[in-house]
Amino acid sequence: MADFLLAAAGFVLATVALGLVRILRGPGDADRIMAAQLLGTGGIAALVLLAEANGVPAAVDVALVLALLAAFVSVAFVESVARSTADRT
Amino acid sequence: MNLVFDVLTVLAVCAGAFFFLAGTIGLLRFPDALSRLHALTKADNLGLGLIVLGLLFQAEELFVALKLIGVWLLGLLAAATVTQLIARAIQPAGLRD
Amino acid sequence: MAFDAGLAVLVLGVASWTIAARDTFAAVVGFVAYGLLLALIWVRLAAPDVALTEAAIGSGLTGGLLLGASTRLRRTESLAVGEKPAAALRAATIGLCILVSAGLAAIIPLLPEPAPTLAALAAANLVATGLGNPVTAVLMAYRAIDTLLEVVVLLLSLLGVWSLTPDHLWGSLPSPHYRADSYETVTFVTQLLAPIGILVGIHIFWIGSVAPGGEFQGATILAAMWILTMLSGLVDAPAVNRRWLRLLLIIGPVVFAAIGLAGFAMAGAFLAYPTNHAKLLILIIEVPVTLSVAAMLTLLVAGPPERSSHR
Repeated sequence: MADFLLAAAGFVLATVALGLVRILRGPGDADRIMAAQLLGTGGIAALVLLAEANGVPAAVDVALVLALLAAFVSVAFVESVARSTADRT
Repeated sequence: MNLVFDVLTVLAVCAGAFFFLAGTIGLLRFPDALSRLHALTKADNLGLGLIVLGLLFQAEELFVALKLIGVWLLGLLAAATVTQLIARAIQPAGLRD
Repeated sequence: MAFDAGLAVLVLGVASWTIAARDTFAAVVGFVAYGLLLALIWVRLAAPDVALTEAAIGSGLTGGLLLGASTRLRRTESLAVGEKPAAALRAATIGLCILVSAGLAAIIPLLPEPAPTLAALAAANLVATGLGNPVTAVLMAYRAIDTLLEVVVLLLSLLGVWSLTPDHLWGSLPSPHYRADSYETVTFVTQLLAPIGILVGIHIFWIGSVAPGGEFQGATILAAMWILTMLSGLVDAPAVNRRWLRLLLIIGPVVFAAIGLAGFAMAGAFLAYPTNHAKLLILIIEVPVTLSVAAMLTLLVAGPPERSSHR
């Protein structure tokens, strides 16, 4: 079970890595803002799986903090982009 | 009983991982930023929900299970609202008449 | 094993991309991604306290800080991108980097195995401190003076940021003005997330005594929620010369230092705790320090005052 969950976490991370490649390459800021969301959701999934697989129950707390801070960083990114478009107009 | 739980966990986690893969494929293949945002948010969060469901069967005590559900709900809430924000940034709300 | 190797490759890839990124916004995005992945590595190494700190401060809050800096540098960015350092300088930099990497690669396999550690000693004395989490015991009991100095350093760095204020604006409002519009999406996001965030912050702070967590992680979450409310325009940044703000900033270090000095009377040394009151004293220190550090981090991200208080 632990090995299976670890493999699942690895699989989720692989999909996140693939998504990152697309997002970070994507032209323009709009795509890049999504990186925080992608890593947020993928990171929570991987952490929750690792909590069970590694026997580190506190990883669920880390997932909680990750959810909040990914949202915060996304809002900060959006406000920054919004200001830059406002500055340019 | 344990075997039943284990099988359920494996099924749910596999389904969740599949949805993560689907989300990434959407991210790679969809033509514009807004549809990529759809793929990213909906598929990934559904995947997360299924993974959390699978792990609920492995939880030892009630508090751990409640915390897992809490993490999922918070992730869902945050993703749903922040995605709206990102969508507005990509395309300001100039409504089509 | 494969998982760890894959994670390491991913982290290296993201780090390389961040360094090679051409504009500061992209670099900040890469930095935040890198920090979140590092948190995964810490969990893998069975260090959840460090993972919490990395996710909260190392990635989230520092990302916000760098984003503020990137926004302020936007006007000069095209000039900076156009600069090209001399070939000799680039060659020297590459040579130095290779030297340092080779040195590290040579030394690390030579480190003693198993690594010398005080973990057994720390765990043995845990009962005397009344805490359940050895990391918190190290931070607040065994090496409390380091924590006190960290808090003071944060305060000094805030003063450094404030010293960038133009003379005529001294004492006024930091950060650009964000409009609040009650139907805006960002207002809704804040009204939804901020209360939950505050609860989570208090929870992480409180369980720090028996499980991974603690005052710095809790303070960071509280700071992130405050910054969120400022970003959405629901709450304006406090003017830097407000007395309540300055009191909030210093109450943490002052209480910490006061209890430290009282340690001379109570148990014979600076920051020594008498055995049966250790946990109570640590709690009395932690609450104001959490509030102060939250305020410090918020003001660090808000930046130097740049708007006049008089409209």
